[in-house]
Amino acid sequence: MILDNTAKGQKYYHHKDFPHNHHSHADDSASAISVQKSGTREIKVVRRVLDVNEKMAEENRKLFAENGVFVLNVMSSPGSGKTTTLEKTLAKILPEYKSAVIVGDICTTHDADRLAISGAPVVQINTDEFGGDCHLAAHVIDKAAGGLDLADIDLLIVENVGNLVCPAEFDIGEDSRVVILSVTEGEDKPAKYPLMFRECEAALLNKIDLLPYLDYDKDKAVEYIHQVHPDMPVFEISARTEEGFEPWIEWLHKKIKEKIG
Amino acid sequence: MHEMGIALQIVDIATASIPPNLGDVRVAKVNLKVGKLAAVVPDSLRFCFSVATKDTPLDGAELVIEELPVLARCKECSTQWTITNPVFQCQTCNSGSLEILSGRELDIESIEIAEEDKNDSG
Repeated sequence: MILDNTAKGQKYYHHKDFPHNHHSHADDSASAISVQKSGTREIKVVRRVLDVNEKMAEENRKLFAENGVFVLNVMSSPGSGKTTTLEKTLAKILPEYKSAVIVGDICTTHDADRLAISGAPVVQINTDEFGGDCHLAAHVIDKAAGGLDLADIDLLIVENVGNLVCPAEFDIGEDSRVVILSVTEGEDKPAKYPLMFRECEAALLNKIDLLPYLDYDKDKAVEYIHQVHPDMPVFEISARTEEGFEPWIEWLHKKIKEKIG
Repeated sequence: MHEMGIALQIVDIATASIPPNLGDVRVAKVNLKVGKLAAVVPDSLRFCFSVATKDTPLDGAELVIEELPVLARCKECSTQWTITNPVFQCQTCNSGSLEILSGRELDIESIEIAEEDKNDSG
């Protein structure tokens, strides 16, 4: 594992250094064997391909519960304003809750550098310098959490890799998932990436300060969100001007309180 | 986008599922169920699988993918239907409270072991 201190209170390492949780299940294979017409012998397996990740996620969830940490998984497409939104969110939430951030990027520590200014401990994960993984998996979060003093944290924010497809598929042991989209993207993003919008509990519609300069139909976007996920709370915000942050911060407070009191 | 990781996981699970008493055998087929809501592109997965199986007991194996529709049931009025557009709302009572019965699968159903042909694998 490469561990560099690239900013104050911030750790940085590469995901590829982590061992994958490959394991052997030869014991499970005493299941039914039947001979197929083609002459092959069929052996029943019936296992979820991602069950290793799911088990690890459950272990993470237990660890976070034991330490009284509320974990928020923040996902979005690249460039929707995740980091700015989190910078502003941290500034508003830090006085009340001790917070830390795990930042996933394919490469660079730019986002972690920006978030470290808040004073919160930040762990940067680079999935790979040239390409790499498109999402954070549970075992990566487990390793990254090892670099944090969980007993001293109330809120752990995970800034996932900018991508609306893959992160939705990977449970990391979080308590809640939110998705950020911005008004500079298409209104129909929710319809194009339904799994993401199904899997998240709330949506933040960012960059609303730009609406006067765009042809963006905000009502249409909200309608698409609700087609995919009826009743999903949608917070219209501008991370730049901090417009609309109050209901979002209030919602987050409520979620944290529900878990840790 | 993460099809290679999934392909490697499939190879792991399939290899571990070969009964130890069968010895040095070759897997001819892996039967996989993929729900339409799973973030997996079957063609990409097949390509990655063909690469991931090199030099394993699955070398040359066929990945048979059964795609499962997104099946929903309304929690209010029990209407059951197949979702084909990204609209997750009951067609009968407009309720958004629904249960996804299928469509999220990414499961290995079974593997098929080739008989007596382990020398002509490609």
